[in-house]
Amino acid sequence: MHHGRRRFIASMLVLPLTLYGVFVLSPYAQAFYLSLTDWRGFSAQANFVGLDNFARLFDDELFWRALRNNGILLAVVPALTVALGLFIAALLNFGGKRRSGGFAHAGGANFYKVVTFFPLLLSVSIVGVLWQFVYTPNNGLLNGVLDAVGLDGLERSWLADPATALPAVIVVMIWSSLGFYVVLFSAAMQSVPSDVLEAAALDGAGQVATFWRVTLPLVWDSVQVALVYLGVAALDGFALIQIMTVGPGGPDGATEVLALSLWRNAFSYGRFSYATAMGVTLFFLTMTLALLTFRVSRRERIEL
Amino acid sequence: MSSSLNRRKLLHGGVSLAAMGGTTWLLGGCVTSGSDDDAESAKGAADETNPLGVLPDKALEVVIFKGGYGDDYAKFNESLYQKRFPKAEVKHQGIQTIAQTMQPRLVAGDAPDVIDNAGDSRLDMATLISGKQVKDLTELLDAPSIDDPKVKVRDTITAGVIESNTVNGAVYQLNYVSTVFGFYYNKKLFADRGWTYPTTWDAMLTLCGEIKKAGVAPWTYQGKYPGYWTEQIVTLIGKAGGLDAVKAIDNLEPNAWKQPAVLAAAEALYQIADKGYLLSGTEGLTHTEAQTAWAQGKVAFIPCGSWVENEMKGIIPTGFETTVGATPSLSTSDKLPHQALYAGSSESFIVPAQGKNVQGGLEFLRIMLSLEAGNKFAELTGSLPVIKGVAKNVTLTPGLASAREALSAAGDNVFFFKLGDWYAELGKAIGDANGALMTKSITPAAWADRVQKAADKTAGDSSITKFKR
Repeated sequence: MHHGRRRFIASMLVLPLTLYGVFVLSPYAQAFYLSLTDWRGFSAQANFVGLDNFARLFDDELFWRALRNNGILLAVVPALTVALGLFIAALLNFGGKRRSGGFAHAGGANFYKVVTFFPLLLSVSIVGVLWQFVYTPNNGLLNGVLDAVGLDGLERSWLADPATALPAVIVVMIWSSLGFYVVLFSAAMQSVPSDVLEAAALDGAGQVATFWRVTLPLVWDSVQVALVYLGVAALDGFALIQIMTVGPGGPDGATEVLALSLWRNAFSYGRFSYATAMGVTLFFLTMTLALLTFRVSRRERIEL
Repeated sequence: MSSSLNRRKLLHGGVSLAAMGGTTWLLGGCVTSGSDDDAESAKGAADETNPLGVLPDKALEVVIFKGGYGDDYAKFNESLYQKRFPKAEVKHQGIQTIAQTMQPRLVAGDAPDVIDNAGDSRLDMATLISGKQVKDLTELLDAPSIDDPKVKVRDTITAGVIESNTVNGAVYQLNYVSTVFGFYYNKKLFADRGWTYPTTWDAMLTLCGEIKKAGVAPWTYQGKYPGYWTEQIVTLIGKAGGLDAVKAIDNLEPNAWKQPAVLAAAEALYQIADKGYLLSGTEGLTHTEAQTAWAQGKVAFIPCGSWVENEMKGIIPTGFETTVGATPSLSTSDKLPHQALYAGSSESFIVPAQGKNVQGGLEFLRIMLSLEAGNKFAELTGSLPVIKGVAKNVTLTPGLASAREALSAAGDNVFFFKLGDWYAELGKAIGDANGALMTKSITPAAWADRVQKAADKTAGDSSITKFKR
């Protein structure tokens, strides 16, 4: 009996595991090998060159700039998105008028949830193009609004000014992913039992204290997942930057990211092995990041 | 020609996002599986009607970049091929992403016979050449032409085209469309306002002052793609320093970017920004936005190539006379006259070396270079192919007529530079530096330092194949 069941499970796993091996694991393994060659991408010929590609990374100024910008994205995007997401989700779930000791949804909470979710329905390229219009210097929405409210001193070429280009992209990254995390955190908050919240309220905890001491610990699993997702997204950023920025990646490397360097080296410069070396580096960065996030954000799990 | 064509990366970037992660790995899947198919393409007996020895029943596969010129002209050429070889099957593919589509096939040794390597996503020629994956077209160039068997194909092509595509003594691509670079303006606007196109830089700056006073912005450029200035800088360098100055740059000679002509050119351009002659916000505009402002008469000058008229078709109003002016002289001691022109060719056709019907590919190009095919091209696309005496009976648009006029005024003083095509990464570095120069973030001297450093880096990089002219 047991024997038959095991055989059944094994037979169900063979196909997916084979597909995974062929289309995911083996290309990864080959990429590791290719990063040690001089493959140019157009022929089947690749010579082994050892760690040359990685040595080259150290001398590549643009690579370092990309690393720095990815670092900034990593420091800013996940933290801000999670903070804003938690804040909005908390408002939607508990921001309503307090009934006797209980917590209520804010009026129209579902409507707001849908509205914040909207950007996710748009493809990244559309988001990029739309925001590019927003930032356009002479008749763009942003400068137009600044002009209308008398702040024309603040008008600038947002995406062409090295000081504002990356922040401008960060705003779009947060805007476009916020809705998802609001919904994610809302769902988590809805599963927080109301008697726990009521008990906290009876003990005299205010809304802020309840959030920090009760709600947040109970939704921590979701926050952790969000941090990993957002961290990985911050290491990418390719599509928006490619579509929106000067150059792209500019002005003058101000918005260069690893994925963009990788793509350019592969598809414009025909240096696939070098691009693969960047990919391998990115792979290790992403893995390290995911492990670190789980390690650092590990808290005692609260069983209810 | 060139690096400036790399600009249309807007939407396609988004698409590549999804592809990117997967593609690098997946392409990897092909190379390490190692299929090395070097089957020599078959060649038949050559005779007068078939000088290239095409096997008449061998299939021909043509891949065309379906961009601004469409692909109807290619279908017409394919029908001409079919007429010559009725037994051959002709396969046609019109696509937009040449590099992404062709690359896996090249890796697998399954190349088509002709590729129109143009558009935003192109195969990097330097990589193809160093991998010996493109056929040297010398055999085609020395073959008799279709219109007059007594004249070799090379002698039916307009001046400079073959020369500009010769690398290390061989010709690997046929650029089919004539391109003239310069300052583009609306002749009608200039006539209405009584402005005269300047022949010297000082006169240009004076005129800019007048234009600005009249409420029109004198200048704009394709802000997000500052690589458009590279051709203008090189033009100024060529005029002030002569052809040797440009050759030194292309050949990556030490301190080539420290020549006096180079600094003078950068200083001249810097003046446009420094005197406030740029349309405000230019640095943040896409090429379409900048060219639209120009077409709407908000701006007087824009640096561009002769495709601009076709590209802005539909936005350029009626009565607008697109005109190219030769870049003005820097000083009276310039080595070349002010009519000297940066002119080249674009839309590169290549014949992959491991195609199944290489001779057929060459024959297809020979057909393209016939007057019948060239006239059809001019008629269908409103652009001039690089064939001598083409489009005699076609009415040219104002922009093309002015380009032709500028070319004849320039005579032999036509030049080009190859650096952007040969060294894509260096081309980008120069473009980035131009952006910094035109936003006054760096001085002309700092610009020259930066570009020289980038050039030195390329020169010292043994993994980059070097070319000489």
